[in-house]
Amino acid sequence: MASREIAGVTVEFDDDNFMADHTAWNEAIAAELANEEGIETLTDRHIEIVQYFRNEFESIGTAPSIRKLNKSGVVPTKELYQLFPGGPAKKAARIAGLKKPQGCV
Amino acid sequence: MKKLVILGAGTAGTMMLNKLEPVLDKDEWKITIVDQFETHYYQPGFLFIPFGIYTPKDVVKPKRDFFPTGIEAIQSRIEIIEPDKNQVKLENGTVLNYDFLIVATGSKINPAETEGMKEDMWRKNIFDFYTIEGTTALSKFLKYWEGGKMVVNIAEMPIKCPVAPLEFVFLADWWFTEQGIRDKVDIEFVTPLPGAFTKPKASQVFGDFLDKKNIKLMPDFNIARVDHENNKIVSWEETTVDYDLLVTIPTNMGDDVIERSGMGDELNFIPTNKQTLQSDKWENVFVLGDATNLPSSKAGSVAHFQADILFDNIQSAMDGRPLKAKYDGHANCYIESGFGKGILIDFNYDTEPLPGKFPLPGVGPFSLLEETKMNHYGKMMFRWMYWNLLLKGAELPIESEMLMAGKRA
Ligand SMILES: Cc1cc2nc3c(=O)[nH]c(=O)nc-3n(C[C@H](O)[C@H](O)[C@H](O)COP(=O)(O)OP(=O)(O)OC[C@H]3O[C@@H](n4cnc5c(N)ncnc54)[C@H](O)[C@@H]3O)c2cc1C
Repeated sequence: MASREIAGVTVEFDDDNFMADHTAWNEAIAAELANEEGIETLTDRHIEIVQYFRNEFESIGTAPSIRKLNKSGVVPTKELYQLFPGGPAKKAARIAGLKKPQGCV
Repeated sequence: MKKLVILGAGTAGTMMLNKLEPVLDKDEWKITIVDQFETHYYQPGFLFIPFGIYTPKDVVKPKRDFFPTGIEAIQSRIEIIEPDKNQVKLENGTVLNYDFLIVATGSKINPAETEGMKEDMWRKNIFDFYTIEGTTALSKFLKYWEGGKMVVNIAEMPIKCPVAPLEFVFLADWWFTEQGIRDKVDIEFVTPLPGAFTKPKASQVFGDFLDKKNIKLMPDFNIARVDHENNKIVSWEETTVDYDLLVTIPTNMGDDVIERSGMGDELNFIPTNKQTLQSDKWENVFVLGDATNLPSSKAGSVAHFQADILFDNIQSAMDGRPLKAKYDGHANCYIESGFGKGILIDFNYDTEPLPGKFPLPGVGPFSLLEETKMNHYGKMMFRWMYWNLLLKGAELPIESEMLMAGKRA
């Protein structure tokens, strides 16, 4: 756990550097987190997907899988990798202020 | 008469049948088990077939050998489960009503989920070893292969027996050495995981083994398609890996019947309470083994530990009592590492595989996360235990709850 200043507010992060409390999130924080992930500008399309992540998390308690995003018509996998290069599930979850998605064994 | 229906007579269903049959009152309960096939496959044995260690006949027995008398066994494909009506329809026209249902329909590979995989070159230079057909075809191919580049790729997590692909490359390294062609073979392990395995300590240990055995590791590779005309796999980010021989672990999914019945998630796995094994949606439905969406490994040993928990909970449910037994995610896997040695890992939801000793009364101790001959014997002994103890529902000398004794944190 560590707190730091981001987008003008103090935010707590867990050991994986994901936000400790997803309710403290706002779009300005998301834009900063996106920068940290190497995404320069957060487009409306990014925001749309990030919002979907948050809604899923709030309704079922976990972030959606890439397969689910594709299957339910939210975003095709190809586009998702273009929007969040190098690990879309993890990056989108971090930008959405959620916990690190659990890998399966 | 009250009715208990078990769907799937694989590892989990058969084991549960044999545990419950002796304890349920015969005047009160009728037990029915359904499976589409006549033959039971010892799936862990599929790993050894390409390398001539087992032949197909070493891994099969008739399912009926494991059914106790006095129960009803039906061979038919399951058409649809209708949990809101407490009934199951079979392809042969039978409609089964139930008071309690145990779903143990397992998981299977779906190569058609990846573009270009199940096309012209399927089982010509693209093989799986997760089915009897795949592993047999691969063994015939390898017999005459003179070398080249072998790529072993995991399409997508989760897969059943997540260590099997590593075991496959370890054994391949040994086998090509035995054949005298190791210098003509390049082996590359291409995985969507960030390292050789999911959990940090084990990932590092296995990563070192890959290095030592001169097997190349390509992490973070998420396959988008197979370019079977040019012998390349291509990731979503357009990274490519060439191969001469592709051994794939295709996307693993629950059976289509789960999708038809509207009971599953996007991979047809059934949302299940990770401690009690009750379905999240239906109180009188329990799920066991690979068919669940639990974040535990999909393995026979896991099905066994879960069965101990389900045994208690389903009886409580039948008596209208609260479900008290809780599954902790315990898994225990022997990993073949080649040259007559093996590695053992033991872990649960919260504790990653740790080094140390694993006490096993009468036989052990086994070394954890370390390569030993003893662990290899453990793996080979597992087949005997599987047929003679596990499927018959007998007690194994291993606790269903993970123990910290012997582990070094
Ligand atoms: C290559 C390989 C190596 C492995 N190695 C190990 C190991 O070393 N150790 C270990 O513990 N585990 C290992 N496993 C995993 C282990 O085999 C499985 O986890 C275990 O078999 C799961 O049991 P299950 O009963 O859930 O599924 P299964 O045993 O697969 O049984 C499912 C059953 O349901 C039936 N079924 C499904 N759908 C229908 C339908 N619609 N109609 C009728 N019947 C249906 C099927 O016919 C099948 O008989 C390995 C698996 C593979 C493939």
